[in-house]
Amino acid sequence: MERVSEQAIFNSTTFRAEREEDWTRLEELLKRAEGGSVRKLSDADLLELPVLYRSALSSLSVARETSLDMALIAYLEGLCTRAYFFVYGVRTSFGQRAASFFTHDWPVAVRGLWRETIAATVLMIVGTLAAYMLVSSDPSWFNAIVPSGLAAERGPEATTEALRSTLYHEGESNGLGVFATYLFTHNSQVSIFAFALGFAFGVPTALLMVYNGAILGAFTAIFVERGLGFELGGWLLIHGSTELFAIVLAGAAGLHIGMRIVFPGMESRLNAARKAGRKAATAMIGVIVMLMFAGLLEGFGRQLITDDWTRYAIAAAMFTLWCAYFYVPRVDDGER
Amino acid sequence: MASVSPAPPSSPVRAPAERTLITPEGVDLRLKLGTAGQRAGAFLIDFSLLVVILIIFSILVVAAGLGTMGAGAVDGIEVVAVIWLLGFFLLRNFYFIAFEIGRRSATLGKRAVGLRVVARDGGRLTADAVIARNLMREIEIFLPISFLAGGEGVDGLIALIGLLWAGLFLFFPLFNKDRLRAGDIIAGTWVVHAPRRKLEIDLGGDSADAATPYRFTDAQLDAYGEYELQTLENVLRAGNAETQSNVANTIRGKIGWEWQEGEEDYAFLSAYYAALGKRLERRMLFGNRRRDKFDTGEERSEE
Repeated sequence: MERVSEQAIFNSTTFRAEREEDWTRLEELLKRAEGGSVRKLSDADLLELPVLYRSALSSLSVARETSLDMALIAYLEGLCTRAYFFVYGVRTSFGQRAASFFTHDWPVAVRGLWRETIAATVLMIVGTLAAYMLVSSDPSWFNAIVPSGLAAERGPEATTEALRSTLYHEGESNGLGVFATYLFTHNSQVSIFAFALGFAFGVPTALLMVYNGAILGAFTAIFVERGLGFELGGWLLIHGSTELFAIVLAGAAGLHIGMRIVFPGMESRLNAARKAGRKAATAMIGVIVMLMFAGLLEGFGRQLITDDWTRYAIAAAMFTLWCAYFYVPRVDDGER
Repeated sequence: MASVSPAPPSSPVRAPAERTLITPEGVDLRLKLGTAGQRAGAFLIDFSLLVVILIIFSILVVAAGLGTMGAGAVDGIEVVAVIWLLGFFLLRNFYFIAFEIGRRSATLGKRAVGLRVVARDGGRLTADAVIARNLMREIEIFLPISFLAGGEGVDGLIALIGLLWAGLFLFFPLFNKDRLRAGDIIAGTWVVHAPRRKLEIDLGGDSADAATPYRFTDAQLDAYGEYELQTLENVLRAGNAETQSNVANTIRGKIGWEWQEGEEDYAFLSAYYAALGKRLERRMLFGNRRRDKFDTGEERSEE
């Protein structure tokens, strides 16, 4: 009895000796594929990989039922996991993904946020109106609302002439690139912030929207009082039609997450949060792209173009462009 | 495609951090969630890397700036400033995203610790999920840091609130069973421990066929079960001579093995391991498993 079963057959050593070569081959292919691009693999390798993956999976199943060698099972589990994520992982290239983002994902995500977009807009307008009325009735509110760094020399104490000059000759023209970049990075950071704060049930995001509006309102009140309302509009909106739109969308993304966490509807809360988070994240990448445009308009366009009507024209054109891009229905909408 | 159920359905003995992921081929991959310690370690590595990269980047940019200063070009300085601002922005927001979108779904720190980001539904990890989970870092980490660093107009009370806030998010993964960070919740991801393992040597293989002086009787092999076998495997792989000697003496005592002159502990242990493994695996093939040394197979009928 002892002799017979000695030769008989199957244990983890013979099992392993039989299959080890395939595992090593799979491991080597995975290492190359993960290390660099898929292009490093030949066609034959690419065809071989799924086959090797399935054979490794079957090895894993067999090993779990027949082998007591824990290190072997752990190795196979690790190998199969890696191979699984490679075989069933992302297939598209970066270029394809970018194309699909601009033609489809981004506008769809923004359209999906339409309720929150309206809410964020309303919040911002409420903030603007409130601050406008406060500062109009008592200019000392200005300093309470606007941080001193932002106000610079545009406070209520400034003369009308000084205020007018801030609208047309701001800074020196040779720092424009830096200025544009600074604005872009700063605004992006604020908008990412508005998005992330949505996790706290959207309340801080809503406050941020109101506050943003309030700063706007306070400035407007000061300038309108001196009869510079029209000029301020051009100064603000040339980039503001893009920038404020982007910030409203970021706020909408944050509100969306908050709303879905609080009111998940028919889904589980985790599921609702996941869907909301992914949709909002897509919109956020778009927001950063928009802010890049806004930074360029603010840094260059506003400093180089000083004619009010041209400023308004650019503002209107940009706004129309964004609205058309986001909200005009596409042919392929029904198909996806 | 792949399906995931949060509660492991079948297997009786299962670690609490193990999650079921059934591939389309029908095999359960049994993913292991990364522990809080691994997550923290990975983050610290990444964060230190970020700081180091930022410092090197700043030095390079400033050096380039000084270079252009000599030439007296204003444009040069402007370009340098733009590069620094953009570099800082990209590093802060896209370091994590860029790495996790890649094929290994892990930042350098996560790779070092053996972690990877996985979609909770077992599907593929999409770009929007990676972006969502990493943009949340803005309030989880960077906001509290800027509070602690004492930005403009921050007094003690606000710094304290910032600290509490940071604590809330820092320990968030400890308060749910899947160890989800706030970012993981809104992205629908979790972080699993799936290190690259090397195929270890086969302990049963080398000593099995060589006609060794070690011959164990069935009674001697019946002294232990699977649990002891796997403990022995760990002892052998760890390679600590003192532990091995202790374990060898215990086993000799238990099975009544006479120590002979010149017998090495490691050789004895691996021979016993090979023999025991072979016997237990054979029983296993016939559906007759022995969990540990207390398992006599009698209460099996009750299950």
